[in-house]
Amino acid sequence: MARGKGFDVTRQPGFTTVALLCFVMLYLPIVLLVVFSFNDSTSVAEWGGFSLRWYQSALENERVQEATIRSVIIATAASILATGAAVGAALATTRTRPWRGQTVVFAIVNQPLMVPEIVTAVALLIFFAMIKVATGYTGLWYLIIAHTAFCIPFAFLPIRARLQGMDLTLEQAAADLYATPWQAFRRVTLPQLWPGILAGAMLAFVISLDDVVITEFVKSAGQDTLPTYMLGQLRRVVTPEINAISTALLAVSVLLVMAFFFLSRSRK
Amino acid sequence: MTDIASTRPTSMRDLAAARKREERRTRAFLLAPAMAILIFAASGPLLIVLVYSFLTPGDYGGVVWEFSLKAWFNVFAERDFFTEEIELADAHLSIMWRSIKLSLMTTVICLIIGFPTAYFIATRPRGTRDFWMLLVIIPFWTNLLIRTFAIMELIRNEGTFNSFLVGIGVIDTPIQMMFTEFAVLVGMAYVYLPLMILPIYASMERFDFSLVEAGYDLYATRFQVLRRIILPLVKPGVVAGSILVFVPCLGAYVTPRVLGGGKNMMLGNFIELQFGQGRNWPLGAALALTLLVIVMVALIFYVRAVGREEVRGHG
Amino acid sequence: MIEIDRVTKVFGSAADAFRALDTVSVTIRQNEFFTLLGPSGCGKTTLLRVIAGFVDPTEGSVTLEGQDLLRLAPYERPVNTVFQSYALFPHMTVAQNIGFGLEMQGKPGEEVRRTVGEMLDLVRMSELADRRTSEISGGQQQRVALARALAPRPRVLLLDEPLSALDFKLRKDMQLELKRLQSETGITFVFVTHDQEEALTMSDRIAVMNAGAIRQIGSPRDIYDHPAERFVADFIGDTNFLEAELLTVEGERAEVRLASGREIAARAAEGGAGQGPVTVAVRPEHADLAPEGEGLLPGRLGDVVYFGTDTHFHVDLDAGGRFVVRRQNQPDQAEARGRGDRVSVRFGPGVGQVLRD
Repeated sequence: MARGKGFDVTRQPGFTTVALLCFVMLYLPIVLLVVFSFNDSTSVAEWGGFSLRWYQSALENERVQEATIRSVIIATAASILATGAAVGAALATTRTRPWRGQTVVFAIVNQPLMVPEIVTAVALLIFFAMIKVATGYTGLWYLIIAHTAFCIPFAFLPIRARLQGMDLTLEQAAADLYATPWQAFRRVTLPQLWPGILAGAMLAFVISLDDVVITEFVKSAGQDTLPTYMLGQLRRVVTPEINAISTALLAVSVLLVMAFFFLSRSRK
Repeated sequence: MTDIASTRPTSMRDLAAARKREERRTRAFLLAPAMAILIFAASGPLLIVLVYSFLTPGDYGGVVWEFSLKAWFNVFAERDFFTEEIELADAHLSIMWRSIKLSLMTTVICLIIGFPTAYFIATRPRGTRDFWMLLVIIPFWTNLLIRTFAIMELIRNEGTFNSFLVGIGVIDTPIQMMFTEFAVLVGMAYVYLPLMILPIYASMERFDFSLVEAGYDLYATRFQVLRRIILPLVKPGVVAGSILVFVPCLGAYVTPRVLGGGKNMMLGNFIELQFGQGRNWPLGAALALTLLVIVMVALIFYVRAVGREEVRGHG
Repeated sequence: MIEIDRVTKVFGSAADAFRALDTVSVTIRQNEFFTLLGPSGCGKTTLLRVIAGFVDPTEGSVTLEGQDLLRLAPYERPVNTVFQSYALFPHMTVAQNIGFGLEMQGKPGEEVRRTVGEMLDLVRMSELADRRTSEISGGQQQRVALARALAPRPRVLLLDEPLSALDFKLRKDMQLELKRLQSETGITFVFVTHDQEEALTMSDRIAVMNAGAIRQIGSPRDIYDHPAERFVADFIGDTNFLEAELLTVEGERAEVRLASGREIAARAAEGGAGQGPVTVAVRPEHADLAPEGEGLLPGRLGDVVYFGTDTHFHVDLDAGGRFVVRRQNQPDQAEARGRGDRVSVRFGPGVGQVLRD
């Protein structure tokens, strides 16, 4: 059996083929989507030459512009708020002694990861409808708060991981050298926590930017974000304009995720 | 302050109590923002859903504040309009059954493709593993709607796949794939595949391949090594991956809506319907809670399975 | 002067409670190099952390020159710690690390800079002031950690096994360096270690700890030559334990009868029994071999092990048990005796130490 190349203990017949096919399957649809966004034809299937016309038409579309701005506002606000809240929660669960009720805190923080989005969406629809009736306010804050809530666990996880991975004696050394708890946090913990905070904020931003279901249920009339706008468009004639918007969104997500990937790796 | 301290030694109990109070205050302060937001916009509203499921539907959506068990009754059964007989709510049950069936099938498909892929990545040289993982992570973080949309472009009647087949003359008329269960299945498998690969890879990465060498040394065949050595040791990853695929499939909304259309609704779409055209908020609330219960059962099963695995690992 | 009075620390509660410190009392004098020595888990690090403020004791009091330390948070205590892992701030330079404590104390920039300069000189690190702490060697990190802890001029410096991460050669150098720093700065050093040799070379006084309690306190010579208990004798150096009978005791002077029937003068530990069966400890290098019939304890020679600097003779005593004699080697000295030869062990009056337990 071991002629020439030797016996490879890791080999399993067919696994490599399946894996390579899997990667092709993962990327083929996305690549086609991207390619056809540059197609100079109204059809998504026939290649009519390279063109940026769908990008231009998307850029000139007022509703796309509005939805984009709205998406960015919500994602920015939600990721900042969620990251701030997550830093506090992560500190509380790593820098104070374990306490009774800690599991409840974890359950609440992780709830958006466990409860199906559609259930939360329905719950928010009902709850916010009550508030809307009571206060008459129909602004963007409903969406921002809803996004902040489901972004918290995504910001919480990398920040907590970073805090847990940190050497506690560094903070003790700071206290030993006359730093008050606040000074120790500012001067020793925070500088080392930054990569985690940045990673958490970026994840939260991507998650907020991508959300469809909760936004669809919470938004008031005329409050489309980019994804809900796209979902709405699917009912009508599909134009490659959607491909163009998708490609742009895709590019943003990929950039942020790659940055996240390398940031979280930098700790090693 | 020196002499005061020296004349009266501190009671350690008072000191400990004071420190504890201080710590509790800090903790409350740190937790407050996250807890406030989450309880306001995630946990709290769930309780309102529970309340709503016991109310009477309003004529144009919303509710009338009148206690009723009708919504819960209607989740599983219905009263025949003419004969007044109670019978099982076939339409609801078939949607629930479709949700569970498609979720299970998706999980199996993802497992069949995901396991070899995770294995493949874990057996690459250390330096290139990150590259392959990045290839899995990128689609994972790509907007779910966009990925569903990409699949739609592929399998539409005028889509890439059909155009290609018609173009080379294999078929004359496009194969109808959109708005079928098949489309939903393909879409969900595509969308959730990374969720299967990631945890399996995580447990496979720690796998010690000298165990495989020991297996071969003791006369095991490739298949026996896979079944008797590798699989038992990476089982926690397999269980985790299966749950991570199964649970979001159950609550899927976007993918079945885009690819399945109105005929192939899953629970998520059916719930939405009650808040839209159905105008039966209490039924929607009851259905949402039903979905939540199914998901919780799956999660408890998972915790049990993993917990037992850990106990065995230590024992 | 640090006064530690009846300090007890219990970790956990009820069923799985662990008594890390059990009514420990000790007074550490001004300007001394005081060492807490003991095996891992004996409570020495816990005691150090109680002084530093990272562990609150369950009971007891700790005062520094009359000031109650337990009331103060770690950042309010005029003590600094050199951590076992050094705990240098990775995002700061060497100089920034050293200046951190002074800065936190609110010292003006000019003074911080001057003191940092002095400290860099003191530990001979001036040319590496602007390096990141990850860019310097382990021995250099060790010196930065020292300088950082010394810079705010604490009244007490706590050192938690600071040399354990260094290799043998560097450890030897640092032992001398630490001793020099201590005498130059005049700061009280409280040093924790499990390495008996380190403790013996550096300390003014040593407290030997075991199972959460201090077993003996004394100068290195005291501890080594006159261990009070079996644990201390066993933990520090090699020892032969002999069963004997205590005949008379008067202060430190005791008369014992060995198992062979011979009687000899020995030293008694404080607080021991008045009469009856006791254990006598004799260091291997304090004993010698004698021709059969001349010594105290006759026996048969077993293994003879050559160690370079000295040779160990294992003697199987006729009265039972084994006795090791260590003799320093001389050049060109051939060993005539071999396994199986009849020999006798001898040691002088006052060499044997009667143990408390």
